[in-house]
Amino acid sequence: MLNDKDRIYQNLYGLQDWALAGAKARGDWDGITEILARGRDAIIEEVKTSGMRGRGGAGFPTGMKWSFMPKQSDGRPSYLVVNADESEPGTCKDRDIIRNEPHKLIEGCLIAGFAMGANTGYIYIRGEYYNEAVRLNAAIAQAYEAGLLGKNAAGSGFDFDLHVHRGAGAYICGEESALLESLEGKKGMPRMKPPFPAAMGVYGCPTTVNNVETIAGIPTILRRGAPWFAALGRPKNSGTKIFCISGHVNNPCNVEEELGVPLKDLIEKHAGGVRGGWDNLQAVIPGGASMPILGKETCDTILMDFDSLKDVRSGLGSGAVIVMDKSADVIKAIWRLSKFFKHESCGQCTPCREGTGWMMRMMQRMVDGTAELSEIDLLETVTRQIEGHTICAFGDAAAWPIQGLLRAFRPLVEQRILDYQKRNATPMAAE
Amino acid sequence: MSTQVEPKTFEFDAEAEALVISAIAHYPAGKQASAVMPLLDIAQRQMARLTGSAWVPTAAMDVIAKRLGMAPVRVYEVATFYLMYNTKPVGKYHLQVCTTTPCWLRGSDEIVSACKNATGISEFGETSADGLFTMTEVECLGACVNAPILQINDDYFEDLDETRTKSLLADLKAGGALPPAGSRNGRSGSAPATGLTALLTTIEPAE
Repeated sequence: MLNDKDRIYQNLYGLQDWALAGAKARGDWDGITEILARGRDAIIEEVKTSGMRGRGGAGFPTGMKWSFMPKQSDGRPSYLVVNADESEPGTCKDRDIIRNEPHKLIEGCLIAGFAMGANTGYIYIRGEYYNEAVRLNAAIAQAYEAGLLGKNAAGSGFDFDLHVHRGAGAYICGEESALLESLEGKKGMPRMKPPFPAAMGVYGCPTTVNNVETIAGIPTILRRGAPWFAALGRPKNSGTKIFCISGHVNNPCNVEEELGVPLKDLIEKHAGGVRGGWDNLQAVIPGGASMPILGKETCDTILMDFDSLKDVRSGLGSGAVIVMDKSADVIKAIWRLSKFFKHESCGQCTPCREGTGWMMRMMQRMVDGTAELSEIDLLETVTRQIEGHTICAFGDAAAWPIQGLLRAFRPLVEQRILDYQKRNATPMAAE
Repeated sequence: MSTQVEPKTFEFDAEAEALVISAIAHYPAGKQASAVMPLLDIAQRQMARLTGSAWVPTAAMDVIAKRLGMAPVRVYEVATFYLMYNTKPVGKYHLQVCTTTPCWLRGSDEIVSACKNATGISEFGETSADGLFTMTEVECLGACVNAPILQINDDYFEDLDETRTKSLLADLKAGGALPPAGSRNGRSGSAPATGLTALLTTIEPAE
């Protein structure tokens, strides 16, 4: 178990002061001028050595992402954009950072902006987080007031401005290129890649988009050193992660743990265990809605990190653990996710726009048991036709939960259909 | 309220105008179209303040288009793409019930029926006869460890059940003000309800 002294987010639960004074007492902004004085290359190197991988879902190495930004400007400004559009069902970690540890995020923005030569940062926060946006704006105002942002930020000789942009209720804006479109004042429809944002992002300028938890973790890494972070977790899966444990547990909660923590420990030690005990566990969605569901047998031993979950054909995603006990109708739980994806499809690509509705209606038949057994394979085939055939990864995200259900719970789906047929079997009519 | 009709004209009042100016200032010169989302939000809040219903009439979208040098259709596109802009009037209290899987597992069906019973609304999207409530089904609100969630206007009400929802809505119906947001079971934020399992010791800042 992670030792309290190794937790980055000492005020995760909001029990202490979120404001600048409280943040400084926790060590935020300590020695920031010296950190920046190390220079761009040294900072990027330290982040690379730490092994930090993006905390938004894809797990891309952060230092490497930063190194894609141009070293010399061709006349265009560079931008840092922070993705705070936290919308993946099950996920509510960035919310805690923003409301309880906003200065970690702001300080991380300054460091990241400095390291990638971006004098301007935008934090794109989901519109529903209204109170969180108010808190964040207040914290930014404190940082400006203290000379930590703006001209010659923190006495570094580097100018850095930070802005908050509120979204307005569209899951797709969590996709980085859709987010950039939205930031430019358009519908949130993903862009074709390439060009990638580092070459052409917001306003056609070099841009890096990072998740809140990624950026907020950076100051502590630079303060305590890459070796400290790299020693936590498992090889290639280093550091700590905030896990969000929801659903059928006794004490749903957020908790920061080491990557590679056994799922069972996470649930039993922090979330008060599965309702009715571990043996009452039926399934877990380990990384937010789009990550394939795991049956109990896998849950018994699985470790919570990028590579361990990838090995069982699921993923760590955003670290959102959705637990279902034996009373849950897992087919309906996945149907509800299909409904979510149908509602949130931006409508740009035909396979996704049409396919998400089609999958949802097929899933409804699986819930009711009114499908034919042969339709199970048909549904699986259709998910394969959506996956990989759209501009962004939303199509994949919509397909995976169904593929996961059919992999882990196919007998249950079949039984539902057989039960329905048995219930509704009518004697052969004598026509 | 649902009886409101599309106003023929719209103007930002002094309070909103100050917000408009500061919103536009957040974006680079020539990129003022970026301010379309904040301006739609400011217009919706002005409507709530002046009429009791948070929505964006077409006249307001036209004013925003002109202000930002955009074609009106670009503003209409944005206003209709994003769920949070109400293009029709809503009640004084906009009940936004999350029914996505994490909330559903924790009993969001109960919250939906409690809302229906308390307001007399029978389907999502409807406004109650007294014009006080509109109920909308929303997708994941991002507060899943505090499920089930009911968002009323800007505030999240968390860790709800049928009884808590009923009493919350009964108070509003009786003319009470919106109570402080947050968990209804007394815990702080996303901490485990029965006591901390982490952050039990106060740590001195490293080095």
